[in-house]
Amino acid sequence: MADYKIDDTVDITDVVCPITFVKAKCAIEELDDGQILSVHMNDGEPVQNVPRSFKEEGHQILKLIDNEDGTYDLIVKKVEE
Amino acid sequence: MAQADYAALKKGGFMRQKQKGYFSLRLQVVGGNLTAENIKKISEVAEKYGHGYVHLTSRQGVEIPFINFDDIEEVKAELAKGGCKPGVCGPRVRTVTACQGEGVCPSGNIDTLKIATELDMRYFGRELPHKFKFGVTGCQNNCLKAEENDLGVKGALDVAWVEEKCIHCGVCEKACRTGALSSQDGKIILDEAKCNYCGRCVKSCPTDAWEGESAYQVSFGGLFGNTINKGDAFLPLIKSEEQLYRVTDAAIQFFADHAKPGERFKFTIDRIGWDEFKKAMEEAYNG
Repeated sequence: MADYKIDDTVDITDVVCPITFVKAKCAIEELDDGQILSVHMNDGEPVQNVPRSFKEEGHQILKLIDNEDGTYDLIVKKVEE
Repeated sequence: MAQADYAALKKGGFMRQKQKGYFSLRLQVVGGNLTAENIKKISEVAEKYGHGYVHLTSRQGVEIPFINFDDIEEVKAELAKGGCKPGVCGPRVRTVTACQGEGVCPSGNIDTLKIATELDMRYFGRELPHKFKFGVTGCQNNCLKAEENDLGVKGALDVAWVEEKCIHCGVCEKACRTGALSSQDGKIILDEAKCNYCGRCVKSCPTDAWEGESAYQVSFGGLFGNTINKGDAFLPLIKSEEQLYRVTDAAIQFFADHAKPGERFKFTIDRIGWDEFKKAMEEAYNG
């Protein structure tokens, strides 16, 4: 798949559901259409649910990277309504 | 007060109260939905004929307590003007319950209201040896607690991977809660033995590389009263509504044919034998 340039990153490993997605959503709100956000999250509930929540909001998920330390980085491209 | 025919009243949804001459009137509700018009009329009747409140039952029913025996016919006529019908009590098919399902809920896999409405049309109020409860839940989250019903329906997705749409992002493998998905040599492998048909791969996939068809898992013999028993879902995935109703028809007929008066479905199956019951359900499943 095509490479991507990360425009901003947000760490949501310090919060729990449902604040995980709230924090991630606030971060993507700051971006312009087409810009790319990397979301650093924990294994378990966040990685099971946050990607789906971004999809339901209409954004485009490019990749989920397993850092193999119990965390993941979700790469999301902002799609304006 | 005229001599009350309690059995006839019970059939019509009138529950005798402790307080002499008073009944708690149960209304027919399908899938937990009432229209604004229904609610307005219920409110009026509760104020005029009851004590100005309603009781919500554990199975999505509405009851208007403190209806005087002498007002019963008047109350029924009044409720009918708001599109409300009395429910049922006693040995017959009870309120068909449902969660909101795919029409409203992002997790829903099936149109629960449509299924509940069809089950209600087919069976509601049917006379049987004992009460019989149907419940319809939209997905594995099981908000509607399918397995506590005599017959529970749970929404599922029959999933398939579409290779050309997949970007190998890794989301589905993590979204899957049963560890049924793995990536091997550029392909996503589905372990059918582990899949519980929850549909989370379909719901989470960013490129719609998972497709899912609505399907049904049916459980039999659930109880949540004096005895607690989790309904058993032994059939393979049911893939069409027609097949679903073949199974529900056969299950309720098995109960009608074999149950003793006052015996719940689970105990009828226990007595006749699960092997025989499973055989009957498999025949219906296969058509």
